[in-house]
Amino acid sequence: MISFTVNGQPARVEVEADKPLLWVLREDLAIVGPKFGCGVAACGACTVHVDGEAVRSCSVAVAGVAGKTVTTIEGLARGSATTLHAVQKAWIEQQVPQCGYCQPGFIMATAALLKANAKPTDKDIDEALSNICRCGTYGAIRRAVHRAASLLAGGS
Amino acid sequence: MKLTRRKAIIGGIIAGGVLGVGFWFARERDRLGHRTLFRVGPEEAGLNGWIKIKRDDTVVVAVPRAEMGQGVQTALAALAAEEMDARWDQVRVDDPPEHVVYRNVEILIDGLPFSPEESGAMVDMAHWAAGKFGGVLGVLATGGSTSVRDAWIPMRTAGAVARDLLLRAASRKSGVPVGELVVSDGEVRRKDGGRVARFGELLDQIEHLSAMPAPPLKKPSEFKLIGKPLPRLDIPAKVTGAATFGVDVRRPGLVYAAVMNAPTFGGAASGFTVKGSLPKGVEKIVVVPGGVAAIGSSWWRANKLLAEGIDVQWQAGPEPKLDSAGLWRRYEALLQDGKPALTRTRGTEPKPATTRPFEATYRAPYLAHTTMEPMNCTALVAERDGGKTVEIWMPNQSPTLMRLIAAKTADVAQADVTVHTTFLGGGFGRRAEVDLVRQAVTCALAMPGRPVQVLWSREEDIRHDYYRPMALARWRAELDTSGVAPKLVSVAKRQVAQSPTDQFPARTIGLPTQGKPEGNAVENPPYDFPYYRLDAIVAEGAVPVGFWRSVGHSHTAFFDESFVDELAHALKQDAVAFRRALLAGKPRHLKVLETVMRESGWGRPLPSGSGRGVALRASFGSIVAQVAEVAVANNALQVKRVTCAVDCGPVVNPAIVRAQMESGIVYGLSAALYGEITLADGAVEQSNFTDYDAVRLADAPAIDVHLVDSGSAIVGGIGEPGTPPIAPAVANAVFAATGKRLRSLPLKLV
Ligand code: FES
Ligand code: FES
Repeated sequence: MISFTVNGQPARVEVEADKPLLWVLREDLAIVGPKFGCGVAACGACTVHVDGEAVRSCSVAVAGVAGKTVTTIEGLARGSATTLHAVQKAWIEQQVPQCGYCQPGFIMATAALLKANAKPTDKDIDEALSNICRCGTYGAIRRAVHRAASLLAGGS
Repeated sequence: MKLTRRKAIIGGIIAGGVLGVGFWFARERDRLGHRTLFRVGPEEAGLNGWIKIKRDDTVVVAVPRAEMGQGVQTALAALAAEEMDARWDQVRVDDPPEHVVYRNVEILIDGLPFSPEESGAMVDMAHWAAGKFGGVLGVLATGGSTSVRDAWIPMRTAGAVARDLLLRAASRKSGVPVGELVVSDGEVRRKDGGRVARFGELLDQIEHLSAMPAPPLKKPSEFKLIGKPLPRLDIPAKVTGAATFGVDVRRPGLVYAAVMNAPTFGGAASGFTVKGSLPKGVEKIVVVPGGVAAIGSSWWRANKLLAEGIDVQWQAGPEPKLDSAGLWRRYEALLQDGKPALTRTRGTEPKPATTRPFEATYRAPYLAHTTMEPMNCTALVAERDGGKTVEIWMPNQSPTLMRLIAAKTADVAQADVTVHTTFLGGGFGRRAEVDLVRQAVTCALAMPGRPVQVLWSREEDIRHDYYRPMALARWRAELDTSGVAPKLVSVAKRQVAQSPTDQFPARTIGLPTQGKPEGNAVENPPYDFPYYRLDAIVAEGAVPVGFWRSVGHSHTAFFDESFVDELAHALKQDAVAFRRALLAGKPRHLKVLETVMRESGWGRPLPSGSGRGVALRASFGSIVAQVAEVAVANNALQVKRVTCAVDCGPVVNPAIVRAQMESGIVYGLSAALYGEITLADGAVEQSNFTDYDAVRLADAPAIDVHLVDSGSAIVGGIGEPGTPPIAPAVANAVFAATGKRLRSLPLKLV
C-alpha cells in the first residue's frame, strides 16, 4: 500500500512499487489530465508537480512519491480565489492550445517555473520548457508565460 | 450487387481511374437536413439539421468534423452564427449523428490526381463524380484542409434559414409582422430596437412552423463574426484538463490493451507463448490484425508483458530484408528507366541551337506523423436480441470509414455500429487510417460486454505508421547559351514515390491498386516556364504510405522550390525577381510573394553566416510564401525567423489562420531539421522522440504571419498549406548563408 496526497485528497493505492506515477494517476485514480506522450521522459506531456516541483510522471515510480504531495492540472487552481490559475488564465487570453494534448504538461511546467523564477527570460523559458508540442504552439506559449508572470506579479 | 457497384465507384473516384461507373447513382440532395436530425432533446428545438436552440437561449451548432487543433469547431460555428445573428457567447458546438447531409464533398475533389488549374472533360467529370460520391455515400471526413471550404455555403445557409424561422416564430408569438422584425445580438427585436423575444422563448412556436427556402446570404460587408478573431470554443476545456481525448475515455468495466505489431511491414502473428503465468493486471492475450494484444486492468503492465514476457511466432511480411540503402538503389533505377504512370507537358518544346543542361537531384525520406496523442481506439461489443452491437470511441478523421471497418470486423450491419469522435490529440492525416479500429474491435470481440481501450506505445506509433512517402526527383533545365546571358528554355522533372491515394483504398476497403500517383504530388508549379514536363513514376513496396500533413506537397515543394532557387542562381538572378518574372500572369501569387518580400526585409544586409531563403507554394486552394532567416555557425543551423504571407481567400477567423500557419511551419520544420525514418531488416530503426525528434521551444523560430487579401471569393484551406514552403525556404537560406546546396531532407550540414 502506497499513500500520498493528490490534489489535496489522500490517495492509497495497492500497485507494484515500480508502476510509474502517470499510470497510477490515469488507471488507478482516474485522473486523466496528465497525458501519455512517450513514456521515456522525452516529451513532458505527463508533467505534474511533486512537492511543488515539475516532474515527468511517466518516469517516476509511484513508490518514490510515498508521503509526498502530487498536483495535477486538475488541482492546479486549488487554493486560489478563482477557478483558474494565473497560468491557465494567460493560456486562455493568448489562445494557446490547438489540439490541446500537450497543454496540461506545458501549463504544469510553466507554473513550476514561475514559482521558482518570477520573471524568467526567454532563455530561462527555453531551458525550463523542453516539452514537445506537435501542433507548434510555441510562439503563443512564450507570450503566455510572460503574461502569466505579469499576472502573478499583480498585473492586470 | 449494391456493394460491388459502390466499390467500383469508390475505386474510380479515389484512385481517379474509371469514372463513368457511378453516374446512375447520382442525385442532388439538400444539405440542410431535417429539424429532428440533430438529436433534439426536450428543452430544445431544432431549426434544421445543423442548428438547434435551447430554452436558456444557447445556440448549438452541429460540427461533423474532427477537432484536431485546427479550430474547426470555432470556424464552422461562426459561419452559422453569422447568418443567424447569434451572439458568440451563446454559441456551443456538438457532434451530430452520422448522416448524409454532413458529408464532406471537398475532400474527395481534393484527392483527385489533377492540378487545380487543369480543366477539360475528364477533370470536370471527376470533380462532378466526386461531388456526387461525397453526397450520395455520405463521407464524414476531416482532412485535405477542406472543412471550411466545404461548409462555407451550407453552414451559412443553415444559419440564414434558422434566422428566418426565428423571425416567423417571433411574429407568430407577438403578432408583430415579420417585416418589422430583425435578429440582433442573439435575440429577436423590432427594427427600432425593442426586444420581442429571446431565442429560448420561441421553442414552442417553432414546432408549428416549417423551414422556408434559404433567404439570401449576407454580403461580406455585412459580416459581424466572420473575419473576427473570435475566441476558440474548445480552449477552456483544454487548459483545465477537462477535454476528453481518445485516451481519456473511461467507461464502466473498461479494460486496456497494449499491442505489439509484427516487426516487418505486412507481417502477422501466427501464435504466441507466454513465459510463466499471466501477471496481475493482464487477463488475456489475443492475436489481432498485424500483431498481438495483451488485455487487462493495467495498460502499463500489459505493455511490459509484451516487451518482456511473451514469445510470438511472427509471419514475415513480403519484404523482410528491406533497408534504406537498398530502397534508394531501387528508386534510382526507377528514376533512370521507370515507366511514368503520369506524364504531363505544358507549352511547346523549343529547340534552340546551343543549349546546356542544368540538373539537380533531390531526396526526401519517409516520415512518421507522431501525433502528440499516441494511437488509440476504444471498442465495446455487446449482445442484443441474439445479435451484436458495436460502440466505438475514437479520435479519428473519418467516422464513416471507422463504422464501415468496425462493422466488417465484427460482422454486423453498419446500422449496429455507433462511432463517437473524441477530441484528437493531433491528426495530421494519421487518424484517417483504420488499423486501430480493426485491432480494437478484434479485442472487444474477445471481451464481450467490456469496453477495451487499445493504446499503442510511442514506439509502436513510430514503427507502424503510414509514412509520408520517401521520394526521389531529378529536375533538368535546358539553358540557351547562344546569347550573351544564358536563358531558360525548358524544365523537366522525373519523380519517384509510392502513392498513398493508391494504397489507401486498397488497405481500407480492399480495392485493387491502380498505379496512379497521389494528386498533390503531381500538381504543377505555378511558374510560367517556356516548356514544362513532368514524369511521375509510382514505386511499389511493402512500406505503407499515408497522408502526412500537406501530403505530396510536403516533398514536391522541396524539390520544386529548391530547383527554382538553383535556376535563379545559375541564371545570375535574384531568387525573388526570378520567380516574379515567371509569375507575371498570376496576380494572387505575385501579391503573396511581394508581401513576404517586403515584410521579411528581403535584400537587406545580414551578418556573415546568416542568410534568407524564399519559397512559394499554392496548395489546398491557398497560396503561401515564406522567407526563412538562418544563421550557421560551426556547422550548426539555427532558423531564427520565418516570415509568412498567405492568401486563403475569405478569412473566417484570422487568429486561427495565423495559428495554423505557425503550426504548419513548425510541423514542416521538425521534418526539415530532424525527420527521417530509416529501415533495416524490413523494420523501422527509430523508436521514440529520443531518435525521432521534433522542434521544441529552444529551436522554434520567431514567426510572423501576414494575411493577404487579393479579393478572391474562393475559400482556401489553412490546415496544411503552411507546411510545404518551409523546408525549401530553409534550404535556400542555408545556401544564401553558406554557399552550400542541401538537396536531401532532413537538412544536414555535415
Ligand atoms: S510521457 Fe512522460 S515525458 Fe513523455
Ligand atoms: S497543442 Fe497539440 S501537441 Fe500541443
